[in-house]
Amino acid sequence: MALKEPERIWWKPYSKDERLWISVALVWMVISFLFMPIYHLVGSTNPPSETYTVTNDQFQGLVDKMVEQYQVGEEKGIPVVHPEPGSDVFLQASMWRWYPILEFEKGKTYRVHLSSMDLQHGLSILPVNMNFMALPGYDYVITLTPNKSGEFHLVCNEYCGLGHHMMVGKLYVK
Amino acid sequence: MSETRICSLSGLKIEKNAETLIMWNVVAGVALLAAGGLFGLLMALTRWPSVHLLDIQWYYRLLTLHGVDALLAWIIFFEIGLVYFCSSVLLGTRAAAPKVAWVAFAMMLGGGVLINVIVLLGGSDVLFTSYVPLKASPFYYLGIIIFAVGSLIAFCLFFANIVVAKREGAFQRTLPLGAYGMAAACIIAILTFGHGAGIMIPTLLWSAGLIPNVDPGAYRLVFWALGHASQQINVCAMVAVWYMTAAFTLGAKPVNEKLSRTAFVLYILFINVASEHHLLTDPILSNWHKIVNTSYVMHLAVLASMMHAFCVPASWEVALRKKGYTAGLFEWLKKAPWGNPAFSAIAISLVLFGFLGGITGVIFGTEQFAIVRHNTFAITGHFHTTVVAGTTLAFMGFTYLILPYIFRRKLILPGLAVIQPYLYGIGVTIFAMAMMAAGSFGVPRRHWDITFSGAPFSFSFDPSVDMFLSLMGVGSLLAVVGGGIYVVISLGSVFYGEKVEG
Ligand SMILES: [Cu+2]
Repeated sequence: MALKEPERIWWKPYSKDERLWISVALVWMVISFLFMPIYHLVGSTNPPSETYTVTNDQFQGLVDKMVEQYQVGEEKGIPVVHPEPGSDVFLQASMWRWYPILEFEKGKTYRVHLSSMDLQHGLSILPVNMNFMALPGYDYVITLTPNKSGEFHLVCNEYCGLGHHMMVGKLYVK
Repeated sequence: MSETRICSLSGLKIEKNAETLIMWNVVAGVALLAAGGLFGLLMALTRWPSVHLLDIQWYYRLLTLHGVDALLAWIIFFEIGLVYFCSSVLLGTRAAAPKVAWVAFAMMLGGGVLINVIVLLGGSDVLFTSYVPLKASPFYYLGIIIFAVGSLIAFCLFFANIVVAKREGAFQRTLPLGAYGMAAACIIAILTFGHGAGIMIPTLLWSAGLIPNVDPGAYRLVFWALGHASQQINVCAMVAVWYMTAAFTLGAKPVNEKLSRTAFVLYILFINVASEHHLLTDPILSNWHKIVNTSYVMHLAVLASMMHAFCVPASWEVALRKKGYTAGLFEWLKKAPWGNPAFSAIAISLVLFGFLGGITGVIFGTEQFAIVRHNTFAITGHFHTTVVAGTTLAFMGFTYLILPYIFRRKLILPGLAVIQPYLYGIGVTIFAMAMMAAGSFGVPRRHWDITFSGAPFSFSFDPSVDMFLSLMGVGSLLAVVGGGIYVVISLGSVFYGEKVEG
């Protein structure tokens, strides 16, 4: 019984069924085990790994410089920027907005630097549903090549105080 | 010498101190489950779009408490009850240090009450994760620390009890499997609460203004070594409950002790690193680290679950076939005691935990899927199938079992008890699946209003999301009715049930 101490010799060899079950499970685990590095190398949805530490002032400076250089419009008081394809782009999270609004070209690659000025925020790109964390003090670089044109929304998916649900930004792909 | 009795139902030798400790820890747990469940109902009614019940402040406030009461407090209190059950009652020996155990109980209760009061008074709407630099009142962190230290003391008492039991000859060579599983749970618990101290103490000092800051990246890493690993305590305790309940209700015994025990050892060795899958879309870990740690070592813990998935039903089959249900492949399954809520609860728990919780866990924990599931409602769906449909349901079944053995009371409303595990299981399945469906469209978790009222730009989810969230509301209502029946039966039976001789 699971309630009593087992008999003197309880380390019996595994039976045929047990060995079969463990082998099938193990083979299955090994396949998943191998599949992931393979997909990491050949797939296109890897989590980014490039990270730098950054102070709020430094990041703010980089954002301001980009806005000054590439601003093409404004919506609801938030500048719209159209950065040069292939360039470094800065996206700033703070309570409770994404700044600025980005405009990308389809098929071009951008290095999107993501950081937060205050609390932890979550970047959710909808409706494609890609999700990343924005932490204060960290500059997280996502290499992005939009393959669909249209209007996308940036929604915060990490609780950041009472205005959390109002934290909606925009991204255009032209 | 302490007072003991022989239980006429189970033949177990039960000591008075152990009995009272189990009773009060379970009662405190159920009371906190009742509070957590009520808050859960209010959460569901807020995320049900056409109801949207709570205002913004109360939503986040009660979301914080729902996590603390239902996930942390209820489950840990019940597990402490299991610690005393497995290390004293199962071995027929006394509780080694009842006074220390009461100190632990008082700390857990005091910490739990402190958190509830502080959050209800406002100012600590930080949710269960309490990610820095979002700041709560220092008393919030203090409450968590007091609760955690109390439970750490109680988990350590398992080993003190085992030493006493061994000295007094309660066992010769090894522990019974149920106690062995709880031993694994206790080892993981001690490791986990070490991490808890490692992060909650600096956070308390920061909140009190004594140190300037806590690094948010480091906080997340260490917090999840507490937050996720503590769910592995639950997995071990749940599996131990599966084995013990099957033994009591069917007379089942493990088909191969070696296999079951190896699986528990694999949990101890490998399951803790799985906690890092929370960081797959975080800046701080390198790619290499993400691949090796989260995707691979995790599979060895999954292998352990696959072993239990074989051993537990196999022990049922063997026990039932011995009773003569040998016709065809499945007569044993048909003739299993489906009307006994202790058995049906663990059977439903096993199926839901394995098929819904386990599989979604492995999928969402992989590197590429994390990007499309991280922080969406799908994750909420996943852990409700593991922790609620798995652990909570198994503990409910165990309560029905120990009500006559430990509390010496017959169940009140036995008819309702029969349907309770089904009702609860179906309710949780509906709402968790609906959450997963909504999450796959990107609906975020920890979110008060997905219509984004007041935002500069508005985004509309796929229209089917409305249907899924309504379905979630309906499932939640079913689950709350099932959970309410459990609370009424367990607390009602403890205090007003007909006395059982023994
Ligand atoms: Cu935010």
